[in-house]
Amino acid sequence: MLKVTDLHVYYGGIHAIKGISLSVKEGQIVSLIGANGAGKSTCLNTICNLVNNSKGKISFLDRDITSAPPHKIVKLGVAQVPEGRKVFPQMTVAENLDMGAYVRKDKSGVRHDMGKVYKLFPRLLERKNQLAGTLSGGEQQMLAIGRGLMAKPRILLLDEPSMGLAPLLVREIFSIIREINSLGTTILLVEQNANMALSIANYAYVLETGRIVLEGEAKVLAADEKVKAAYLGG
Amino acid sequence: MQPVFGFALFAVFVALIVVLARNKKRFPANPISSFFFGFIIVLLAIGAANYFMVAISANRLYFWQQTIYGVSLGSVYALIALGYTMVYGIVRLINFAHGEIYMIGAYAGFFGVTSLGFPFYFALIFAMLTAALAGVIVERIAYKPLRKAPRLAVLITAIGMSLLLQNVGQKIFGSIPRSFPRQFTGLYRIGEINLDQSRVIVFAVTFLLMVALQYFVTFTKPGKAMRAVSQDRDAAQMVGVNVDRTISLTFFVGSLLAGAAGILVAIVFPQIRPTMGLMPGLKAFVAAVIGGIGIIPGAVLGGLIIGVSENLVTAYISSSWRDAIAFGLLILILLVKPSGILGRNTREKV
Repeated sequence: MLKVTDLHVYYGGIHAIKGISLSVKEGQIVSLIGANGAGKSTCLNTICNLVNNSKGKISFLDRDITSAPPHKIVKLGVAQVPEGRKVFPQMTVAENLDMGAYVRKDKSGVRHDMGKVYKLFPRLLERKNQLAGTLSGGEQQMLAIGRGLMAKPRILLLDEPSMGLAPLLVREIFSIIREINSLGTTILLVEQNANMALSIANYAYVLETGRIVLEGEAKVLAADEKVKAAYLGG
Repeated sequence: MQPVFGFALFAVFVALIVVLARNKKRFPANPISSFFFGFIIVLLAIGAANYFMVAISANRLYFWQQTIYGVSLGSVYALIALGYTMVYGIVRLINFAHGEIYMIGAYAGFFGVTSLGFPFYFALIFAMLTAALAGVIVERIAYKPLRKAPRLAVLITAIGMSLLLQNVGQKIFGSIPRSFPRQFTGLYRIGEINLDQSRVIVFAVTFLLMVALQYFVTFTKPGKAMRAVSQDRDAAQMVGVNVDRTISLTFFVGSLLAGAAGILVAIVFPQIRPTMGLMPGLKAFVAAVIGGIGIIPGAVLGGLIIGVSENLVTAYISSSWRDAIAFGLLILILLVKPSGILGRNTREKV
C-alpha cells in the first residue's frame, strides 16, 4: 500500500536519513521504532512531503507521491497525527475535528464520522465546545488522532502518540489505535516506546541514526536479544 | 484651566500609572509611601478629569460629534489594521506595503468615479478589487520567493516594496494631489447633533465589511483554513490545507479591505496623493499592535481607540498633537502590555 524506496533526507547539511526502504501492507499496523534522533519523525514528514530536501521514491496505492504537495497527499488518503499533537489551540474541539475533514466534500459522511470519533473518544464529546488549547495532554492526543481520522484516511501515520502521557493513558491510547486498525484503517506507527509499539504491531522496523538496522515480524523482534537489550530495557 | 496645563497633568498621571504597573512589587512595600503615592495619583486624576469634564461640559454636542467622527475615522483605521493583523497572523510579517495598497485603492476609486464614470458604490467595489489584485501581486513577486528566508529579510523587502510603490505611484499618477469629486454632501440630524452624510456612510460601509469578514473567518471553509494556518501551519498542511493559496487569499482579503478604506477616506478628506498611504498605514499598524497583532477583534478595537483619541486630541488640545497621540499610545501600550490589549502573553515554545 505504502512503499518507500531508498529514501535519503538532508536536514541543513546533515544527512538525517541514509537510504531507508520500507513498505506497509493494507490492514496492518507497522511500527517504526528507535531512539531519539534516529530519523523516525523525519521519515513520516518526508512521506507527507513536509520536508523538502529528499531523494528516493515514495509510492502510495501504486502512485508516485514523492513530489506531490502535502494537501494532495492528504486527499489521496494519507493522514498524519503529528508529534506533539499540534491541535489548533484557538479552535474548539468540534472545530478541530471539522478541520480534519477539510479535504472532504461529503457533509453527511463527515457528520457520521464525527459521531464515530466521539464514540471512540467519549471525552472529546464532553469537551466538544472547549478550546483545544485548554485540553490536557492526553485529551489533545485523542483530539489529534480524532482529527486525523476525520480525513477518512486509508492510512494513518501516528507520530509518538505516547509522548508525555501517563502510563495508564498510554495503554488506553494504544488500545484505541488497535481498535481503529480493526475498523479498517492501516497504521504506520512511529514510537520510542518500543514495548507498546511491538505489542500491537504486525511488522516493525528498527531505525538507528538514519538507517534501518533490523526488521521483521513484531513478535519476532520483541523476542530478539539485541532489541531487548537496546530498546526494551533488558 | 489652561489646556496645556491640563494636558501636562494628564500626561504625568499616565506616566505614573505606567511606573506603577511596571513596578508592582516595589511600591506597596511601605504603607506610608504607598499612601502618598496613591494620594498624588488621585489628585492628578481629579485634575485631569476636571480638565476634560470642564472642556466637555462647555459644549456637550461638540464632544459627541467629535467622538462620533472619531469612531468613523477609527473604523477606517480598523479596516487597514485588519489587513496588517491578518497578514501578520498568517506569515508573521508586518506588511509595510499595506499603506500603499490603500493608496492604490484610493486612486482606483478616483479613476473609477472620474474617468470611468462609475457610480460611487460601483467605484467602491472596483477600488476594492483593484487593491486586492495589487496586494496579491505584491505577495507573489516580493514575499513568496522569500517564504523560507529569515523574517528580517522579508521585513526589509516589505519596506522596499512600500517605497517602490510610492515612487511608482508618483511616476504614474503624478505627485500633485488630486481632488476626489465630492460624493455625499448631505447632513444628518440625530437629536441636536449634525453629522456629515459622508462620515455616516464611511462608518456604515466599514461596519458591513467587518461583519462580512467576521462571517467569512468564522464560518466559511477558506476562512477556517486561514485561522488554522495562523494557529499551526504544519498542522494545517497535515489536514490538507493548501498553505500557499491560503496566504494569497489572506493578502487578497486584507487588501480588499485596504482598498475600501482608500476610497472611503477619499470621500471625507477628498484629496489623494501617492504618498497618502504612509501615515494612515503607520497608524493602522499602531492600531493593530495596540489591539494585539494577529488578533482580528484587536485590530478593530485598536483602530477605534486611535481614531477617537486622535479626533478628541485635535478637538480639545491641538491638531499638531494629532499624530503624536497615536504613537504615544503605542509607546504606552508597549510599556504596559506589549502583546496588546487583547493579546495573550505568548511564550515561544521550544
